[in-house]
Amino acid sequence: MVLNTLRNLRSARHAVAPRAPRPADGEVLLETVGLTKAYAGADGELPVLGGIDLQVRAGEVVALLGKSGSGKSTLLRCLAGLVPPSSGAVSYRGTPLTGANPGTAMVFQTFALLPWLTVLQNVELGLEARGVPADARSRAARQAIDLIGLDGFESAYPKELSGGMRQRVGFARALVVEPDVLMMDEPFSALDVLTAENLRGELMELWESGQFPTRAIVLVTHNIEEAVLMADRIVVLGSRPYGTIRETFEVGLERPRDRDAPAFEELIDRVYRTMTGRVKETHGSGPSPVRAGQTPLPGRAEGIEPDRRTPANSPLPGASVDGLSGLAEMVAHRGGSCDLADLADDLGLEIDDVLPLVDALELLGFAVVTGDDLVLTDRGTTFAGADVRRSKEIFAAAAVDAPLVRLITTSLRQNPEAALRAGFFRDVLAHHYTSEQVTQQLETATDWGRYAELFGYDAEREEYRLDEGAAA
Amino acid sequence: MSFRTSSPAPRATSRFAGRLARLSWVDAVVAAAVLVLFYVVLQVGHGTTVRFSTDQSIKVDTDPAQLPYDAARSLLRMFIALAASLVFTFGYALAAAKSRRLERILIPALDILQSVPVLGFLTVAVSGFIALFPGSMLGLECASIFAIFTSQAWNMTFGFYQSLTSLPRELDELSRSFRFTRWMRFWKVELPSGMISLVWNGMLSFGGGWFFLVASEAISVNNKDYALPGVGSYAGAAIADGDLGKVGWAIITMAVMVIGVNFVFWRPLTAWAEKFKNEQSEAGEVQRSLVLDFLRRSNWPRVLGTALRPLGRALNRVGRVLGTDDRPLTVNGTRRRTGDVAFTVVAGGLILWGLFDLGRYLREQTGLGVFGEPLLLGLATLARVVVLVAAATVIWVPIGVKIGFSPRLTRIAQPVVQVLASFPANFLFPLAVWFFLKTGLSINIGGILLMALGAQWYILFNTIAGAMSIPSDLREAMDDLGVVGWQRWKRLILPGIFPAYVTGGITASGGAWNASIVAEVVTFGGTTLTATGLGAYIAKATAAGDFPHLLAGVAVMSLYVVGLNRLLWRRLYRLADTRFAL
Repeated sequence: MVLNTLRNLRSARHAVAPRAPRPADGEVLLETVGLTKAYAGADGELPVLGGIDLQVRAGEVVALLGKSGSGKSTLLRCLAGLVPPSSGAVSYRGTPLTGANPGTAMVFQTFALLPWLTVLQNVELGLEARGVPADARSRAARQAIDLIGLDGFESAYPKELSGGMRQRVGFARALVVEPDVLMMDEPFSALDVLTAENLRGELMELWESGQFPTRAIVLVTHNIEEAVLMADRIVVLGSRPYGTIRETFEVGLERPRDRDAPAFEELIDRVYRTMTGRVKETHGSGPSPVRAGQTPLPGRAEGIEPDRRTPANSPLPGASVDGLSGLAEMVAHRGGSCDLADLADDLGLEIDDVLPLVDALELLGFAVVTGDDLVLTDRGTTFAGADVRRSKEIFAAAAVDAPLVRLITTSLRQNPEAALRAGFFRDVLAHHYTSEQVTQQLETATDWGRYAELFGYDAEREEYRLDEGAAA
Repeated sequence: MSFRTSSPAPRATSRFAGRLARLSWVDAVVAAAVLVLFYVVLQVGHGTTVRFSTDQSIKVDTDPAQLPYDAARSLLRMFIALAASLVFTFGYALAAAKSRRLERILIPALDILQSVPVLGFLTVAVSGFIALFPGSMLGLECASIFAIFTSQAWNMTFGFYQSLTSLPRELDELSRSFRFTRWMRFWKVELPSGMISLVWNGMLSFGGGWFFLVASEAISVNNKDYALPGVGSYAGAAIADGDLGKVGWAIITMAVMVIGVNFVFWRPLTAWAEKFKNEQSEAGEVQRSLVLDFLRRSNWPRVLGTALRPLGRALNRVGRVLGTDDRPLTVNGTRRRTGDVAFTVVAGGLILWGLFDLGRYLREQTGLGVFGEPLLLGLATLARVVVLVAAATVIWVPIGVKIGFSPRLTRIAQPVVQVLASFPANFLFPLAVWFFLKTGLSINIGGILLMALGAQWYILFNTIAGAMSIPSDLREAMDDLGVVGWQRWKRLILPGIFPAYVTGGITASGGAWNASIVAEVVTFGGTTLTATGLGAYIAKATAAGDFPHLLAGVAVMSLYVVGLNRLLWRRLYRLADTRFAL
């Protein structure tokens, strides 16, 4: 099915005015072979990226798409030669990297402008590093500033500029060194929606016009729409157990891309399903709490039988009780089921913000995802409609089966003093998670356990203690 | 440490607390290394003083008309020391931040150097430098500058090291991704990022330096009196003559210098450093300086800028020889381990050898029992420090809170306290001695007052800063709930000022230990009052040129300071960081 659609899209693209090929079309600029990256954890190495084979060719825009923790930013930094890979190789035009990649320039999410330099001085930095004489440097920088629509701001300091203007400086600074590959690390995510939209549009116009001084673009994003709008190829990275390429989509859509075109929407839906790890196949009719017929994905909580879940194979999603009950109530308001993409859109949220909540509702058995829809179970519906006391009871009954919460509760029950140091659980988790992940896991478990009144946590003594009511 | 209400101080706190865990045996090794270093310098100084034979003491002219010249000489010394501290800061902090191996030694060493009573260094320095420049005043000058330097450098170095290691990740990536030269990384990224901390720490250290200026211009070592022209030696001579009027002139001159330097140098500098704030919007409250505004209105900045541009370009070009800021992606594991082992063996061997030699020296001279007496005397000084900190807390915390809660009072009080804190307290000692003689107060008790003259202000100043940092909506909420009296102190004010208070407390306690060396033995006219304590022990050993006892005294005092920091202040720091951070 996928292939058919692809073929259709491809032919559609070729039928409508093929764009002029970019210079040296197809040359492999960046390449990774068997790239893995692991960071030191409490208990040996913790993998972030596993076995990435990727090529970036001249003339294409590649989007690296994934949830947070999928290693997409790490992959970008490996390509830029800023982070050493643990194994495998990264090469630029066939030469393995030994240090920072000479053929790339980076655009940062947080702009990374030097606040003590003017716009012009910031843009000149890359040329200055190459030892370009002052006159030539200034001339080139002014051209780049012109190109990116910053003229008039040359002598301004970054803090005088709006966010959008600052990121323009970031683009001008990267473009002025004419890198083969422009690396963009979530360049629009720190901007408001309208500004981001505008800047994206201008950038792609420039890219299409052929005035763009780079030969390829690698874009890191967690925004599906952004990826489909901009990229020729979307590489979806999965996060569990560690970052691997889950699927690659060729985007054959003609530019400028029309958001309302059916092909556009169809592609967004497909990428969405790949990214959330849910296959669009509805077995039987209507919502069903039993998840029969769905492809289980390794490492995903819902892919594992409830009684075989452990804190290691089913991490708690980073969702607060307030957040997940808010989502449950919202879905209940819409009649107990709604389209996830629409929901995120209506809330003006990114997929990153909603998915942990969805995962949490699923883990607790309050909802299931069928296709694109989030559907409340009976238990979830009761939970959403209950008053505080009642909802606490329902939550407690459900949360006690969440792996880490269950581990803490049973450990405390078995302990004669009904108290355990947080360090104990930290050590247990350290075998499977990085220290930040461990902290996040324990924070979530503490939040859930406290709300459910299963156990308390004394932050000063870093100690878990069985709640009196639950001890009985 | 935190003479202000905004910027890097909070970060300093958290890093401080974080280091607690990492320091353990490294500390012991480095403490030993510092002790050995001290011993080596002492040996060199001791060996060379024998040849020194200028027996005549230098007479100081105490005509008040001489004061402007003296003041200029003193100021020159202060600024040379500041320049030296700056150079030291760059070298030491960069070495520690860039070399993994050096970092393991340099940073704990810095930590210990911060705790060593600087005045103990003085005699060593004087003998050493006089030996370096025989028959010339230059030796004395260098010794004085060195004393001031040792009071300034550690703080600045530590601050700059922290800003180097906490450089925002994206700026590091910017530098490497755009292939900056190493010089560009330092000049355009690292130095500007660390500028605010550098300026503020420099200002604080400079304020502390006055104390050492006064203490180092006139000093008796090895039963010989040395004096350099300067405000400190002027005051020293006036004190020796018992002439209160001339002491008064010296005090006025000192006050003018402290306030003047603040006005024409530090204030403009802190206001200028605002441009290095790494924040994305205009700050609400900024440092302002009349002098800087005046300068900015003139043409000089532009003229100077144009004149200096070729120099900047030349530096840039020359800096290219330092190479590109790049980190190799692959590390040769075997070579790295071999290097580590070699480094450890060499460094450890040197320290062991030095320790062995030190033990042999002490055994030959006095026997290792030499440590017993200072350990005991240290308890007396410890008691003084504890009483001082407790009393200063009881007196100044309520006043500081009152001031900090009122913006009007803060505006008036803050600059005054700042000047009081940097005014060298040892200047006021003669007045105190005169007071003791009149009232018959024992120096054993009075010594606390003398030590407090300098140390107490840190507690006041930081309490004011802490009270200012309590958000006004919290205070309004307490008003609204009717939380008053003790409950208000317990629930809002004390927890709110706690982090700042700890910073003030650690500075005050360190300052008090240092001050004990000059406060436990005081002279006015023909009268000398001596208290029982470790400070007096060190002062006596200094005056007599008794190196084994001096060495033991300084080592024991460092032990007390480090111990107190580790057992009390660090824990409070951590508590402040985790529990009471606002």
